[in-house]
Amino acid sequence: MTTLIEVPDVEPDAVAPKSKSAGGGLGRYIVVRFFLIIPTIFILVTLVFFLMRVIGDPITAAQGGRLPPDVLAQRIHDAGYDRPIIVQYFEYLGQLVTGNFGTTITDRRPVVEMLSTFGAATLELSINALIVALAVGIPLGMIAAQRRDRATDAFLRCFAILCYATPVFFSGLLLKLTFSVWLGWLPVAGRVSTRTELAMGQLAAPTGIYWLDALRSGNFNALGDVVSHAVLPAVALGLLTAGVFLRLVRTNVIGTLGKDYVEAGRSRGVSEFRLVTKHAYKPALIPIITVMGLQIALMLGGAVLTETTFEWKGLGYQLVQYLNARDFVAVQGIVVLLAVIVAFTNFVVDVVAALIDPRVRY
Amino acid sequence: MSTATISGRKKSFLSGLPVISHVNKSVGLQRGMLITGLVLTGLFLLSTVLAPFIAPYGYSQLSDASGSFPTQEAPSSKHLLGTTVGGYDVLSRVLWGSQTAVTVIVVAVAMSIFLGVALGLLSGYFGGWLDRVLVVIADAIYAFPSLLLAIVMSIVISRGQSSFWGGILACAFSITVVFVPQYFRVIRAETIRLKAEPFVESAMVLGASSFRIITRHIFKNATRTLPLMFTLNASEAILTLAGLGFLGFGIEPSSAAEWGFDLNKAMADASSGIWWTGVFPGIAIVLTVLGLTLVGESINDLNDPRLRGRKRAGGKASRSKATAGTDGKNTGATTTPEPEAGKA
Repeated sequence: MTTLIEVPDVEPDAVAPKSKSAGGGLGRYIVVRFFLIIPTIFILVTLVFFLMRVIGDPITAAQGGRLPPDVLAQRIHDAGYDRPIIVQYFEYLGQLVTGNFGTTITDRRPVVEMLSTFGAATLELSINALIVALAVGIPLGMIAAQRRDRATDAFLRCFAILCYATPVFFSGLLLKLTFSVWLGWLPVAGRVSTRTELAMGQLAAPTGIYWLDALRSGNFNALGDVVSHAVLPAVALGLLTAGVFLRLVRTNVIGTLGKDYVEAGRSRGVSEFRLVTKHAYKPALIPIITVMGLQIALMLGGAVLTETTFEWKGLGYQLVQYLNARDFVAVQGIVVLLAVIVAFTNFVVDVVAALIDPRVRY
Repeated sequence: MSTATISGRKKSFLSGLPVISHVNKSVGLQRGMLITGLVLTGLFLLSTVLAPFIAPYGYSQLSDASGSFPTQEAPSSKHLLGTTVGGYDVLSRVLWGSQTAVTVIVVAVAMSIFLGVALGLLSGYFGGWLDRVLVVIADAIYAFPSLLLAIVMSIVISRGQSSFWGGILACAFSITVVFVPQYFRVIRAETIRLKAEPFVESAMVLGASSFRIITRHIFKNATRTLPLMFTLNASEAILTLAGLGFLGFGIEPSSAAEWGFDLNKAMADASSGIWWTGVFPGIAIVLTVLGLTLVGESINDLNDPRLRGRKRAGGKASRSKATAGTDGKNTGATTTPEPEAGKA
């Protein structure tokens, strides 16, 4: 997301031709951009910390009413939640820097362990969904641009808006009803059936990304089981983003199709198909890469809904569980991790955009 | 964009002048999309107003003169769209749900516009450290998944209470926090641009106070795009509200009808083949969002000469015109690719 950096001091046309100094310029840009991650994460951590503490201390929130008052007070004192909030805040920041996220209150697990277990599931879901989104969105967007203002275009644009207008949990419900309940082709929910999970549990050092584990175990039944569970959630979440990609590709390809060099290609007799796929498509990709950063954020939000819909036990599913249990230490951990992920993806996206398009650099 | 939009902006909510001018400007497919959107939005607003009259039962009504409603009953003549697991009438809850949605949208968008515009004007006009701090904060919030932020906010605000206004306000505040950065960015950018315009400079030279310049000269010009953003954000607000409801952080069924909450309850029904409890509230969400999005998108496209549909006769000529318009705008278009569409 280039928009994180304010653009006024970029002089697009002045910088572009002098690409000789690009090496140093790029290196400097990456370093500057990297340090911009820190305020983003810092602000979100601060925001979440104080929002969570507005409600009260985490122990009362989670266990108030279930423990006698004196035990509760003792626990609060032991955990240090009765000290001034500023002290707690700086202590929390210090812990974060050393990678210590604390221990969850409800099930007493180290937050870091919880995050890595469920993070793998969310990562798997996001990758699957991104594959669906790219595979559906980009080709359809190119078709729509090429058939601009014809029936195909009209249909595809309506499809794109429909993708955006349908909440993940509703498309999930429809997919479930159709493919699981009525046709009986795919499982209703979950990541894997119990039998396969047990089989894969015997692997040394499982990655937690199930299709990877299934591949490593060399068991094709297990792989099929994992894939059949992954299809519906990936499609539900992927279609949401596919609509955005479709529209974006369409708009940008239409923009580049009007450029002089495309017109020149057309006058030389290059076929319309080749014009779209070769000439107009590549420059249109840059904004897509930029938007991918935003899409990652959208996907993480969508993942919460998708995981709840399909009982996919990832970070989003757990976040809702922990929120309902009022376990704010765990919630804080998940939210901070997501903030870090979002900030880093934006960083990577900006660097990639700068590699492709020299005008973005400082 | 056009002068018609500027002069008609004030009246837009009463007479619908800009929308009509957009309908006139549109051709073919674009006109079809715009009109479909207007019809869907009209239906949505109509059901909001008429819900008390056309809904067969109340949203939290569990029985009538002939006894308690059956639970999970398939659509029948007595319950046109069936009943839910809790024994509510699905049709009534779908109709009443539009009222909840409108209330939340209006409260949320009004608050975000007020805050976003005020902060954007101040930040853009005065600049300095206030501007930097606000920009960094807005960017941080903007980059974060909006639904997650809304969840955290709703927990903080409602603290578990779920009366009608408590729930509505919690949802509205949560959505506001997500939207303020968007309005802030747009207004701030416009303010910075306008500040360098000759008419603002001449006002400064004449000795007008900052307050007067902001309110008289900049405000009117910087807020041109707001009606469009309102339409686009309204659909997003509905999705966020439904998302909150679906996750169980919304409004209780006894205090108001809310589509997302009904879908949450319907999830378990789906596994046993009971489709009517989830499909109808879902369709209500989709149609509402679709209507608002179609209106917003069409107006957006009509305001952008590159995307405006070409009249058949002048195909070639208008294409070269569109090209000329593209060149200057291109860098802007690549750096801000539809942020509204990206956040749902």
